[in-house]
Amino acid sequence: MSELQDYKSSLTDASSRKFETFSYLPPLDETQIRKQVEYIVSKGWSPAIEHTEPENAFDHYWYMWKLPLFGETDVDKILAEAEACHKAHPNHHVRLIGYDNFKQSQGAAMVIYRGPITV
Amino acid sequence: MAGKTYSAGVKEYRETYWDPNYTPRDTDLLAVFKITPQPGVPREEAAAAVAAESSTGTWTTVWTDLLTDLDYYKGRAYQIEDVPGSDDQFYAFIAYPIDLFEEGSVVNVFTSLVGNVFGFKAVRGLRLEDVRFPIAYVKTCGGPPHGIQVERDIMNKYGRPLLGCTIKPKLGLSAKNYGRAVYECLRGGLDFTKDDENVNSQPFMRWRQRFDFVMEAIHKAEAETGERKGHYLNVTAPTPEEMYKRAEYAKEIGAPIIMHDFITGGFCANTGLANWCRDNGVLLHIHRAMHAVMDRNPNHGIHFRVFTKMLRLSGGDHLHTGTVVGKLEGDRQATLGWIDLLREKFIKEDRSRGIFFDQDWGSMPGVFAVASGGIHVWHMPALVTIFGDDSVLQFGGGTLGHPWGNAAGAAANRISLEACVEARNQGRQLEKEGKDILLNAAKSSPELKAALETWKEIKFEFDTVDKLDIAHK
Repeated sequence: MSELQDYKSSLTDASSRKFETFSYLPPLDETQIRKQVEYIVSKGWSPAIEHTEPENAFDHYWYMWKLPLFGETDVDKILAEAEACHKAHPNHHVRLIGYDNFKQSQGAAMVIYRGPITV
Repeated sequence: MAGKTYSAGVKEYRETYWDPNYTPRDTDLLAVFKITPQPGVPREEAAAAVAAESSTGTWTTVWTDLLTDLDYYKGRAYQIEDVPGSDDQFYAFIAYPIDLFEEGSVVNVFTSLVGNVFGFKAVRGLRLEDVRFPIAYVKTCGGPPHGIQVERDIMNKYGRPLLGCTIKPKLGLSAKNYGRAVYECLRGGLDFTKDDENVNSQPFMRWRQRFDFVMEAIHKAEAETGERKGHYLNVTAPTPEEMYKRAEYAKEIGAPIIMHDFITGGFCANTGLANWCRDNGVLLHIHRAMHAVMDRNPNHGIHFRVFTKMLRLSGGDHLHTGTVVGKLEGDRQATLGWIDLLREKFIKEDRSRGIFFDQDWGSMPGVFAVASGGIHVWHMPALVTIFGDDSVLQFGGGTLGHPWGNAAGAAANRISLEACVEARNQGRQLEKEGKDILLNAAKSSPELKAALETWKEIKFEFDTVDKLDIAHK
């Protein structure tokens, strides 16, 4: 059995700040992100990109990048939009969403570019 | 036209209440009972007796029967079927006209359907297997105060099951120590913690102090993690007045979710509290203490799928459903059946899942299925497969029993959950590849690695008592 360890987390530790689904895993790499985009497309959901300053990540509303990519099934085009948003806002969190219009909810939402967090 | 004449005495039930030519109306409430008749009682007579005693009938003719239109109000046994795998039992299908029931009252429906009839001498055993609520009746009920979609938006949780934990020991902690256990779980990555069902307002921890300390724990964990958190504050109380008092205080201090035990607390209290939650924007978690007293015996009582329908009508945003894989009873196919009944808009008859009727819920919101009891990180691949995203997976011992404490236990659960969801989205077979997925995730998480070492050997492999009725039994 491994030796007893302290759980490192505090108000003053930037790495304690999380941002929901997949934020407890190491950052997704390019291949992993592509597979999640493929999943959103395979479900028939509408991909969308949002971004925010890390300090405002708790808010329900982030900034929308253009409009949701309604009807877009080309994984490369979706990834290119996410990258364009990241390039325009390199210090922001960028999240990928899959809107499920039948459930009137988001079937998927995950941060795919993590901005630098200051506390 | 001459009216009916009165003749006193006892008539056979089947003369009035057995009607095999009846075609149920779309507005009828339909029920199927599994009947074990007394020896020598014909099936039609037993079925008709159940229809009579659960609707308009009594044991003898009374003159006042002739003052109303009994043909309009009576329940009718309209179909009989063999129970697979049993020689003496049969299913009786009964149609009840909608006007037998007060609008929006699961209390009234239960009082009729499972009232006196369950003590009736002509049957040795009686089990209410399923009920079809007509959409006309569904529309008279409030249902879940918020539902799955609204809760996801409020809590900002998408694309995965939610994670919870019941605080233990279930009895005896002081309010401040209890809040500590809550805080540790939430800062480690859980979405919710939960009062145990027995925790109401005992001398060792009165509700008011519990609520205050728990809210401080929630606020601090939210600030620390940047995520939305909640704790199911149990407002189940000795009286409705006391229940509402506690609910009001929970709202006042900003608690996002409260909790109620719908069977011990009662359907009347539950429906009232659900309405209060809808009016006040507070989510409602529902526990099911006492259910197994009524739903576990396959020959007598009420099947749990009926309780799930009753709860969806009475109102709750979460309901405990069993885990299939943990320490508590629950057949996999039957569980899949009742979690569909909680969450979907329209559920088709499917005998392989124990569902006897099509059920149309119209626009009534869905309820999160809660899997809780004897589960830990090794169960995660199976749980994500069985329950899907619209569920709350609750690890009590499986969080608090981590060798490094609650926060590490919570982090282990959160990481294993996210690893499973990520793999599932990639099209991987979780139940087959679960071990690889978990061990790989543990490479970046010492907390998960320690959890996997702690719980490897624990298994619960008892046979299910309440199985679906199948021929080879």
